[in-house]
Amino acid sequence: MERKYFDYSATTPVDSEVLNEMLPYFNNDFGNPSSVYSYGRDSKKAIENARYKIAKLINADAREIFFTGGGTESDNWAIKGIAIALKNKGNHIITSSIEHHAVLHSCKYLEKHGFRVTYLPVDKYGLISLEDLKSEINDRTILITIMFANNEIGTIQPIKEIGKIAKENNIYFHTDGVQAIGNTVIDVKDMNIDLLSISAHKIYGPKGIGALYIKKGIKIDPIIHGGAQERKKRAGTENVPGIVGFGKAAEIAYNNLDKNIQDLTNLRDKLIKGIFDNIDYVILNGHPHNRLPGNVNISFQFIEGEALLLSLDMVGICGSSGSACTSGTLDPSHVLLAIGLSHEIAHGSLRLSIGKYTKEEDIDYLLQELPKIIKRLRNMSPLYEKVKGGE
Amino acid sequence: MIEIYLDNSATTKPFDEVIEIMLNYYKYDYGNPSSLHKMGINAEKGIKYGRREIANFLKVDESEVLFTSGGTEGNNIAIMGVLNRNRKKGKHIITTKIEHPSVLNVFKYLEGCGYEVTYLKVDNSGKISIEELKSSLRQDTVLVSVMMVNNEVGTIQPIQDISSIVKKYNNCFFHVDGVQAFGKINCYPKQFGIDLFTISGHKIHGPKGIGALFVNKDIFIDPIVFGGGQEGGIRSGTENVPAIVGLGKAVEVLKKNFYDNFKTLNILRNKTIKKILDNIDNVQINGPDNINEVAPHILSVSFDNIKGEVLLHSLEQDNIYVSTGSACSSKRNGQSHVLKGMGLPISMIDGTIRISFSLFNTEEEIDYFVLSLKRHVNFLRKLIRR
Repeated sequence: MERKYFDYSATTPVDSEVLNEMLPYFNNDFGNPSSVYSYGRDSKKAIENARYKIAKLINADAREIFFTGGGTESDNWAIKGIAIALKNKGNHIITSSIEHHAVLHSCKYLEKHGFRVTYLPVDKYGLISLEDLKSEINDRTILITIMFANNEIGTIQPIKEIGKIAKENNIYFHTDGVQAIGNTVIDVKDMNIDLLSISAHKIYGPKGIGALYIKKGIKIDPIIHGGAQERKKRAGTENVPGIVGFGKAAEIAYNNLDKNIQDLTNLRDKLIKGIFDNIDYVILNGHPHNRLPGNVNISFQFIEGEALLLSLDMVGICGSSGSACTSGTLDPSHVLLAIGLSHEIAHGSLRLSIGKYTKEEDIDYLLQELPKIIKRLRNMSPLYEKVKGGE
Repeated sequence: MIEIYLDNSATTKPFDEVIEIMLNYYKYDYGNPSSLHKMGINAEKGIKYGRREIANFLKVDESEVLFTSGGTEGNNIAIMGVLNRNRKKGKHIITTKIEHPSVLNVFKYLEGCGYEVTYLKVDNSGKISIEELKSSLRQDTVLVSVMMVNNEVGTIQPIQDISSIVKKYNNCFFHVDGVQAFGKINCYPKQFGIDLFTISGHKIHGPKGIGALFVNKDIFIDPIVFGGGQEGGIRSGTENVPAIVGLGKAVEVLKKNFYDNFKTLNILRNKTIKKILDNIDNVQINGPDNINEVAPHILSVSFDNIKGEVLLHSLEQDNIYVSTGSACSSKRNGQSHVLKGMGLPISMIDGTIRISFSLFNTEEEIDYFVLSLKRHVNFLRKLIRR
């Protein structure tokens, strides 16, 4: 059975152009970039070339890009690295209640070590309030960390406005851009972003490689110590094939950004419309317009999300109930609870995320199978029977 | 064009089998292992395979192996993780003067956090003294970290002797940086009484960007990176599935002929030593003479009246690649802390190159290499005398 992949937010296949670019760095130019002879110098050049391509995608300078082991490490580094570097200046951090766990758990860790963290609430669309943000800032605030776009419901925050507020108050602004990169325009200069976390495997690059953009002049402590790689900020032999792959993925994303956004938006809207036209008792989670072009998140009333996922899997459709990281657990998503869904409704939620290899037929197939599955599952629900009977 | 790569301590060329299996996971089984659907399950299977291969090789439980982004992160997690977890037990930690920077710089950082550090000396063969270790250990010593094989000279530390002494102190944990030892000599952390053991993929013909850490199941460590709770909560972040599978494959290939591999490397090393000593005057082999005390793939040689870096670039003209010290520190102008620790005079430290072998090297390459080496050394020495 051919599988229909609707989980691009969890991870993406590696683009074959990316793979082709990576391969020589496994086979031939496998040298350690810290070596002084030509083997090493070639890989050093490849790294700098990749750094330049990634910088271009977010309108940064190449010298502001630092490679990491992935998005999670980037988030951890940004938050803890700034907190430690600025601990004499203040101990207050502002974030939101719907961040990825890499951010939330870093903040929780800092709370245990004398920092105070404000978790901004979000409205029913998943947006923070700029007024809330302003009112929470005090003279001990050292960092604002608000995600660019949410991984579960796709809502895009007013990043430029947040950046402006941060700048006016002289506070560093970090944003987790893991889901946003390649799916929406990110301009760190225009948006006043001081630190940005990104990851390759969400944009058709390899797993195990990410980056942190650190604006020039920003004071940050390393969290991993060792050799002098990444200008002494991130130790460890550079993952050259991974970095090269990330660079190529960024280049492709840059060249196709507008088209990618348009294509995905069309498919996404078709998918949402198709679901609403064919299934009743459904709720679209996240913002109607300010959302990632590839993200659909729907709650089906009277449905248990896990049963829905398994049923979809049986007909070859790969979806997700929440973020991949938490979908192994039974707790309802903290994001869905934060936008005001009840536990029950949150449990019946499905995230379908599409990407550049999603075809129109895939959407058609999903729209053909999903209503049947929902109907079958609901027929087993006594609650649904009761509601229908009352009509 | 002949190319002779003799810098396998810096990094190695991945096995073809490794690249092949990784490609499959990049292209087809690309799922996120945390996903519940078939794609996620396939990815999870890949991780299980990698973990099983490593666990079997180390003779430990699968649950005791966790994946990291490499040796440096492994050392960082091991050291900071066990100390953060056992903050109240003591503030004294011990390591050696010749560790890799990913250990030494963590210890330097910890000094700034209020830990008292003892840096053990080494003798002229690069070995620590068990007596000094004994007299350094205290009731408030919480960690001893000693590398198994030194990356610059290849000296093997008496790991089992160290562990039997450390074990007498209930509050003290034993970490071993096994990055240069793994896949080269027998590494059985549990049998050896090691609590935490770091390994890396790209030193054993596996991919870069992946490593693993053995954590004895009787001990608990705190994470240094927080997030989705992968790897038992100790190392969050989407698993690097292709690289994990690649590392597992490298281990599978290596262990098939483990003893033969060891012999092959030893033959290459011994032949190189003999040919250098036979052909070039005023040279010194660094590290232990006893071949049971030195790793089979690392050879450190000092040439009187030669600048190691100049020699390196001369050899490069013949497409021969060696290094002066470790790759990580070769950018810095500072002299090797390892050779200094072994008491080499500055002039000899400056004239040192590291030759490191892999299974891809041949005896013919060694003949060619020593010929080239002899020519360049003679030429450079004549220049200096003029």
